[in-house]
Amino acid sequence: MADTSFVRDQMLPPQAPPVSEAGVVKWLRENLFSGWFNTFLTLLGVLVIYWLLAASLPWWLNSVWTAESLSQCRDIVAATAGEGATGACWAMIRERWHQFIFGFYPPDAYWRPVTAFGLLFAAMAPVLFAGNRRSLTAILGAVGLFLLVTLGLTGAPVAAWVLGLGLVAGLAAVAQVQPAKLLWFTAVFPALCFWLLWGGSVWTPVVAMLGFVVMGGVYLALVGRSGPTTAALAGVFLALLWWLFVDVPVTRTVDGVLPLGLAPVASDQFGGFLLAITIGVTAITFSLPIGILLALGRQSDMLIVKTLCVGFIEFIRGVPLITLLFTASLLLQYFLPPNTNFDIILRVIILVTLFAAAYLAEVIRGGLAALPRGQYEAADALGLDYWRAQRLIILPQALKISIPAIVSTFIGLFKDTTLVAFVGLMDPLKGVTQIVRADINWKGIYWEPYIFVGAIFFVICFGMSRYSMYLERKLKTDHR
Amino acid sequence: MAVASDVPKESFRLSMLIYDTRYRSITIQVFVLVLFGLFLAWLLNNTAQNLATRGKEFNFGFLWSRAGYDIGQALIPYSNDSNHFRALLVGLINTLVVAILGCIFATILGVIVGVLRLSKNWLVGRLMTVYVEMFRNVPLLLWILLSYVILSETTPQPRDFRITDEMAAAGTEPAASMMFFDTVAVTNRGTNIPAPLFDVSLGSVDLGFITLNLTILAYILVIAGSVWVNRRILAGARAQQEATGDRPVTWWKSILVLFGPVIALSVALGLHLEIPELKGFNFAGGILVAHSFTALLIALTLYTAAFIAEIVRAGILAINRGQSEAAFALGLRPGRTMNLIILPQALRVIIPPLISQYLNLTKNTSLGIAVSYLDLRGTLGGITLNQTGRELECMLLMMLIYLTISLIISALMNLYNKTVQIKAR
Repeated sequence: MADTSFVRDQMLPPQAPPVSEAGVVKWLRENLFSGWFNTFLTLLGVLVIYWLLAASLPWWLNSVWTAESLSQCRDIVAATAGEGATGACWAMIRERWHQFIFGFYPPDAYWRPVTAFGLLFAAMAPVLFAGNRRSLTAILGAVGLFLLVTLGLTGAPVAAWVLGLGLVAGLAAVAQVQPAKLLWFTAVFPALCFWLLWGGSVWTPVVAMLGFVVMGGVYLALVGRSGPTTAALAGVFLALLWWLFVDVPVTRTVDGVLPLGLAPVASDQFGGFLLAITIGVTAITFSLPIGILLALGRQSDMLIVKTLCVGFIEFIRGVPLITLLFTASLLLQYFLPPNTNFDIILRVIILVTLFAAAYLAEVIRGGLAALPRGQYEAADALGLDYWRAQRLIILPQALKISIPAIVSTFIGLFKDTTLVAFVGLMDPLKGVTQIVRADINWKGIYWEPYIFVGAIFFVICFGMSRYSMYLERKLKTDHR
Repeated sequence: MAVASDVPKESFRLSMLIYDTRYRSITIQVFVLVLFGLFLAWLLNNTAQNLATRGKEFNFGFLWSRAGYDIGQALIPYSNDSNHFRALLVGLINTLVVAILGCIFATILGVIVGVLRLSKNWLVGRLMTVYVEMFRNVPLLLWILLSYVILSETTPQPRDFRITDEMAAAGTEPAASMMFFDTVAVTNRGTNIPAPLFDVSLGSVDLGFITLNLTILAYILVIAGSVWVNRRILAGARAQQEATGDRPVTWWKSILVLFGPVIALSVALGLHLEIPELKGFNFAGGILVAHSFTALLIALTLYTAAFIAEIVRAGILAINRGQSEAAFALGLRPGRTMNLIILPQALRVIIPPLISQYLNLTKNTSLGIAVSYLDLRGTLGGITLNQTGRELECMLLMMLIYLTISLIISALMNLYNKTVQIKAR
């Protein structure tokens, strides 16, 4: 009887996995069709996408870019795509884009906001990418390229080319040698930006900035002799004196001797995204320090300081921004001394800044509260005084914790700049769009302006939230 | 020989106010208080001066004078003969109606989107991400204006609903038709919805400044009563479960108790719907909901829901994975795991930020001015302010009211938060 037992002495070749467990099919099964409910959801999703595409794709594909009016647009669409077809009329954007971006800013001066916008990034870079030479150089290069293109497009005068590109080249040179020194440009930028946007004599911002020089000089001269508190108080006091009494006559004299300046532009000519970005960037810049101070005040042991801060924060957070804006436009004339009147944009910026500062204060308070008690105690144990402890130990950690919330407050602030339409300023959404829609040529157009404005807002806000994610990753020190 | 001696007694010097930590905080506080007092005095002085130069005085008497303007959506009796205070109340109610409905809808939509965004379904997750990012990164004002424009410019005119004799003869359909079994008509003038009417009226009681509708009161009492009875039934069932381990079947009792009395009351009062009908050039009957209200509600709901979705998602993600694994190990199905294990714990994380979203939504109702929705901002801070020229009084009153609403909402929600939070920690 033959031995029928069989022992395999060779490994079988591995079988290919079943079709349902590999490749695309596996992915589909796991992610789209893992059960009847998921299948139902997937089908629903596909239906929604199909419905959206069916409704909008022809509209996008039939876009018209050159036309005089909406009715002409419709004629062109009807001629090319057949009767009853829908099509976007981007010709409106093509004709009116400058109003969406600049409002009624004088067209021959478009190079000024454009230069200011480019230099804004050059000023932000040293803060956002501190000490990172490669990022700084890359950003400065991009700014130079941006200026090169936009200055050419806006037909800027030669002086503008020299100013803009010369500045960028100088900054790039500094970035190679001492990247940290670029922060000085950031400090000077607000004055430069103000001068570029509003125009007027160049000496107005220069002499105003000299007030800060006075403050710093007095502080440095006195700090060795009489301690930081007295020196700071004296510095602030003298700077106030400078701004109140010396500023105006000095400006007038210097301007008489050497008149140098740009054509002034009134605030009511600002509009569109120029206005939104001006208000947004200024308010973001100033609300952060005020918010930090308010948060520290709210955490303070001093009862009166704490009560005042809590009262301020809760009041601002309890009322809608619109009412505050109306305060800026209607009530400030009651609260200020008779016959004082200052610029509406400035008033709005101040109120928006205070509004954002109250929200930031709450966000930062969350960060402060999240720090372990030991950090405060360790700072005390090291013998640091209050401000050193805050600056070196507490705030760096607290701010790091609250970065996502801070950035979402900033995003909220930037979106809220559209509300200035209610006090008569020309924001891109309600102000400009209404003007365009009131034009007889473009009456009845609604998707295109809102999509255009919405897309720009989306890009800016989405960019901000992505940057906050980058920052969070960069500053992450725990090992999880 | 060491002699322990006291710290040498220092006499008080003026510089100690700044350099001695014992006194410094008092110095600073007094300094701040004086500055604040001076600032306040300066403001009041300026205001008094400005009022004097304008020949105005500060009083709220204007609230009792005739308003003289109409409000489209008035939920309490109002005519242009009513006074400004009445207009204020109408505006306040309009604000609250949008805020409350918006909070409810935004919560429902937000929870659904937040849960779906975490779903394992790739396609649905992506769709929800697109929705959330799209609505979070674009200003609310755009959504309000866009929904208003779409509602009022793309919807058909009332005459498009007409079926003429030729059409009936030819068998063609009219250009537009009503929705939901011919009960709702969306035209460019507004949305016509059916109105509930009663055959038997219980009348109303006049309480001086407010008129109490007894029918509504009866409904509120009946619903409150049934909810209370239902809670008793559930409590009884729980007691029996604790005692014996078996939970009696209660769902049919609950349904009977919750819906029976309301239906009985409706039948008794003869509730029926008055369906809007095309008469002449416009729809008659039913209730006309203005597009400003609908647009504001839609935009607020969609915008806030995107934020609530993110809050819900973060809350669910904050729950330790071990919790759901433990639930699965106990043999609970995914749905029950969500309901019994995850959501109750996630709620603790979700509620505090949810409160601030509700507050934001309430404050954002003031954007209704963009579409001429006459809320508090539109009546008191808009037409009344312009008619009477009393900026100071109107603005202060309006801020006070908004502040009060905000404080009430946060107080209520904090109360609820306390009941949800873990008791012992």
